[in-house]
Amino acid sequence: MKYKIIKIQEEIDGKLSEVTNTKEVLDLKVAYLGKKGSVSELTNMLSKLDIEEKKEYGALINNLKQDINQKIEVTIEKLAESEINKKIEKETIDTTLPASNIGVGGTHPITKTIDEVEELFVSMGYDVVEGPEVELDLYNFEKLNLPKGHPARDAQDSFYITDEVLLRTQTSPVQARTMEANLEKGPIRMICPGKTYRRDDDDATHSHQFHQIEGLVIDKDISLADLKGTLEVFAKKVFGEGRKIRFRPGFFPFTEPSIEVDVSCFKCGGEGCSLCKNIGWIEILGAGMVHPNVLINCGYDPDKYQGFAFGMGPERIAMLKYGINDIRNFYINDLRFLNMFNRINGGDDNETK
Amino acid sequence: MKLSKKFLNDFIDIENIDYHELADKMVLVGNEYESIKRISEATNVVVGYIKECRKHPESTKLSICKVDIGDKVVQILCGAPNVKQDQYVAVAKVGAILPGNVEIKKAQLAGMESNGMICALDELGIDSKYLTEEDKTGIHPLMGIPEIGEDAIKYLGYDDEVIDFELTANRGDLLSIRGMAYEVGAIYGKEVKLPDTKVEEIKDNIKDEHTLTVKTDNCSIYLAKKVKNIKIMESPNFIKSRLMASGIRPINNVVDISNYVMLEYGQPLHFFDADKIGRDVIVRMANQGETLVTLDGKERTLSDRDIVIANPEGAVGLAGVMGGLNTEITSDTNSIFIESAIFDPIHIRNTSKEILRSEASNRYEKGIDPNGSLLAINRACYLLHKYAEGEVVSDILVHDKANKEDKIIAITLNKINNILGMDLETKEVEKIFKDLGFESITKNNTFKVSVPTRRLDINIEEDLIEEVGRLYGYENLVGKQPITSIKQGSYSRKDKMVKMIRTRLEALNLNQVITYSLVSEKEADQFDINNHEKIVISNPMSEDKKIMRVSLIPSLLSVFKYNLARNIKDINLFEIASSYYKKDDKYVEETLISGLMYNHYYTNNHQNKIIKTDFYVLKGVIENLLNYLGLNNRYQFKIEQLPSELHPGRSVNVMLDNELIGFIGQVHPQLSKKEVYVFELSLDKLMTKKVREIKYKELSKYPDINKDIAFLIDRETPALDIINVIKRAGGRMLANIDVFDVYEGDNISDNQKSIAFALTFSDSSRTLTEEEINVVLNKIINEVETKLKAKLRTK
Repeated sequence: MKYKIIKIQEEIDGKLSEVTNTKEVLDLKVAYLGKKGSVSELTNMLSKLDIEEKKEYGALINNLKQDINQKIEVTIEKLAESEINKKIEKETIDTTLPASNIGVGGTHPITKTIDEVEELFVSMGYDVVEGPEVELDLYNFEKLNLPKGHPARDAQDSFYITDEVLLRTQTSPVQARTMEANLEKGPIRMICPGKTYRRDDDDATHSHQFHQIEGLVIDKDISLADLKGTLEVFAKKVFGEGRKIRFRPGFFPFTEPSIEVDVSCFKCGGEGCSLCKNIGWIEILGAGMVHPNVLINCGYDPDKYQGFAFGMGPERIAMLKYGINDIRNFYINDLRFLNMFNRINGGDDNETK
Repeated sequence: MKLSKKFLNDFIDIENIDYHELADKMVLVGNEYESIKRISEATNVVVGYIKECRKHPESTKLSICKVDIGDKVVQILCGAPNVKQDQYVAVAKVGAILPGNVEIKKAQLAGMESNGMICALDELGIDSKYLTEEDKTGIHPLMGIPEIGEDAIKYLGYDDEVIDFELTANRGDLLSIRGMAYEVGAIYGKEVKLPDTKVEEIKDNIKDEHTLTVKTDNCSIYLAKKVKNIKIMESPNFIKSRLMASGIRPINNVVDISNYVMLEYGQPLHFFDADKIGRDVIVRMANQGETLVTLDGKERTLSDRDIVIANPEGAVGLAGVMGGLNTEITSDTNSIFIESAIFDPIHIRNTSKEILRSEASNRYEKGIDPNGSLLAINRACYLLHKYAEGEVVSDILVHDKANKEDKIIAITLNKINNILGMDLETKEVEKIFKDLGFESITKNNTFKVSVPTRRLDINIEEDLIEEVGRLYGYENLVGKQPITSIKQGSYSRKDKMVKMIRTRLEALNLNQVITYSLVSEKEADQFDINNHEKIVISNPMSEDKKIMRVSLIPSLLSVFKYNLARNIKDINLFEIASSYYKKDDKYVEETLISGLMYNHYYTNNHQNKIIKTDFYVLKGVIENLLNYLGLNNRYQFKIEQLPSELHPGRSVNVMLDNELIGFIGQVHPQLSKKEVYVFELSLDKLMTKKVREIKYKELSKYPDINKDIAFLIDRETPALDIINVIKRAGGRMLANIDVFDVYEGDNISDNQKSIAFALTFSDSSRTLTEEEINVVLNKIINEVETKLKAKLRTK
């Protein structure tokens, strides 16, 4: 009996080491542990033995059963693993080959800039409004305190359609339109991005078509200091934390006082470098307090209301921000150029503030 | 405006102020500058005296000069044709550095030693536009009797520094040294001094010799004086160098003095030959069609908007712009009739725009101080007496309708602080007004300010507030956040729509571009399905930017060509922008969504997996966009009104709720040899459609049943016709139809095609049985076969 048990043990070890697939293992299981299997035969033989022997061999046979079961399980696992391994080996590819080109288009850098500015001002309660590009001389100039024959018109050589209709040279006419449209003549907070046109020859710094973003705030108690505070927020958002604002006197017919606004150089931090021409400051926009004549022209009482307005060029902002040196790039639309902007911006934009 | 330090120093003592510092302070009060430089950067150039000058024996051009340069006599070889013995000249010594970083070294010329260089003015860095013909071809003999060995640059007045200001249009007063002096005075708190004008006059009286009649309201002041027996010659060095520093070419003493005084006072003067102008001088509007030959020799035809100076015979000068040739000062001129006048800015602006923008017209356009005219004319007499030996005739002809009173503006401290957002005190404001040279009386925190007439730009309280702000210094302004009511900022509906569409098109692999709104006539006519009336620019800069575009596609095609030429292989673009046209006499701006797709849409080359853009990719992009906008089942593609620039067999219109909103398709092979696809939809029309809100619909818990069927059918029958028949026949249970195969060719007769559909049946309330599906399927087959003369294709 004992001999038989040992023999079975040896036999199964040998057979299990030769199997190549799961089916063979399961066949072996039937051959040994099945109803008619060799282990079952041994169990049947137990009834013929006396109690002592029954006890001894019974235990041995049980151990044998457990042993076989366990070995079979291990073998099955091993086989499964090697099958997976084979499959994996077969399926292995060269991961260094180039990726599929999953194309996603990008936003034009001017639009990105406008979006960023819009988002900031909307968060401060400004409404985004728009106005016509084919504009009346009345709104583009006259209501803005630039009567016909005013020398300041020279700076804005215009494309005319008729004597009274032109392509707007600035987004400022939207100031006048917004104030006029506000029938309650109450407070206004608006921002207006859009295309503008001037008869300038296209070169690295001039474009006959360009964009402006106009801002206007009208309220009862608005001062130049509020303008500065507002633009400080803007400068930090667009040019990075730590940026400072400098006001210089300027001249625009529709604001009084008028201000030229500089931002501390974001390349050198104000130390002086090639970007800021060693001044430490970079001119970024024009602004001022709305001229009382403009308020009157648009139906507001300058004794009750005052306000500020500002205008900036997204092209200029994008050029400064990304280091673009030729404005024509924006309108050529070379895809290699555009693709450079097809991602999120890093640097200050991404830092936790 | 170019501002010479020496010139400025005549009006205000700035000798000891660093000129760069002054320039930077001017910037902070609002006067930007372009550059600051010296007239001549040359060093080590001294006055030399040519003691001996003889021709070089072996050279036709060179002269050998012995030049006394103070500490020694040196031999210098000179190639100038006008070099002579006994001349005083500017000598660059050995070691001198001339502009352009030219170092003067000891040299051997034609076998002779040369120790330095006798300089021509251009070698000292003077722009040739300021030079006489003689100075252009030779050296410049120095005028007068300088001290040998002294600094020649200084002697010539070229050691002057010049700031080139870019002034704002409102500060006409700064187009004069006097105005600049007041501005600098306000910064430094210094007094302005005016130059001498006192001159002894002769007994003759101008009123005995001339009369003045002003016949137009467009001349507010006309003053005339006369100077006799003038001697025309070269101007003294200081006048010449200051004119050059100011950007004006010296000509002769008389012409130079008129320019010099204009620079000093900002008051343009005109000198007529008194004998030629005649006795009676008239200022009037020109007669329509009247002609005048101006100083430049051109005959001008005038309009009744031009102001002229005339005598009874006709015009002798175009007021404020250019004199007439008939009264020109020439070398024979003996007496001068001096005009110091103020003309209407807008008339001068119009005339000068047609004829010539000059230093004078520029000043007239920006406004002239009515209190400066007399000062200027007296100053001119003084200088003509002193530097042209002229005799000043007594008395003056006067026409004066100008208001010469100071402007009185009252303003409260409160208002100043309110607008500036500052916290200034009375004393600080008073000091600023005083520094500006404005008299002011303070009473109850109200300033009563007298603004001198030279400051034409100051008219209202806000103008004074600006003066206070800029001189107090905006750098001292502390920014604060406005205190306003809480209000949500908003985007317009259109803004939001544009942003959504942009985001979607980008996700669909299209790149946003921005192109020009102005196009050529040819481009303007393309892709114009509505045949709009175009908006045309009346003063275009070029033929290719003349008309406001009605379609964005020509611009996208230009971008396509540009990129293709740069070897960019896959090009997918879109633009959302306005189109412009006239309708019922109104100017309309309609926003379009346009795109262009070319070549690969998706690639993996090494796996040979490529999706190339064709009509169906394009259609997929458009459907994807429209579905995203919530317009499923509301649009149709059919041919209604295609632009002739599209491939007629590969293009369709997009209809939304049966309204034409645009087109998609391939660009006509005649227009592009490449297979380029484009689309253009009207955003404005899209926006008129209301879209339902998203509503959840219970998903079916029961399994779908799929059935495939294929038909043989006339190849001309559009798939959509078959789909429509299937849909109708399929009824409620038919959940989806897809075309999975279209086949023409072998085994199928020439005029037929096989088209295979995958049908999905489902019911959300129960499991469908095979039997009931077969009933529906048979109905479908039957309908397609009978209605479309098709035949079920069996496997």
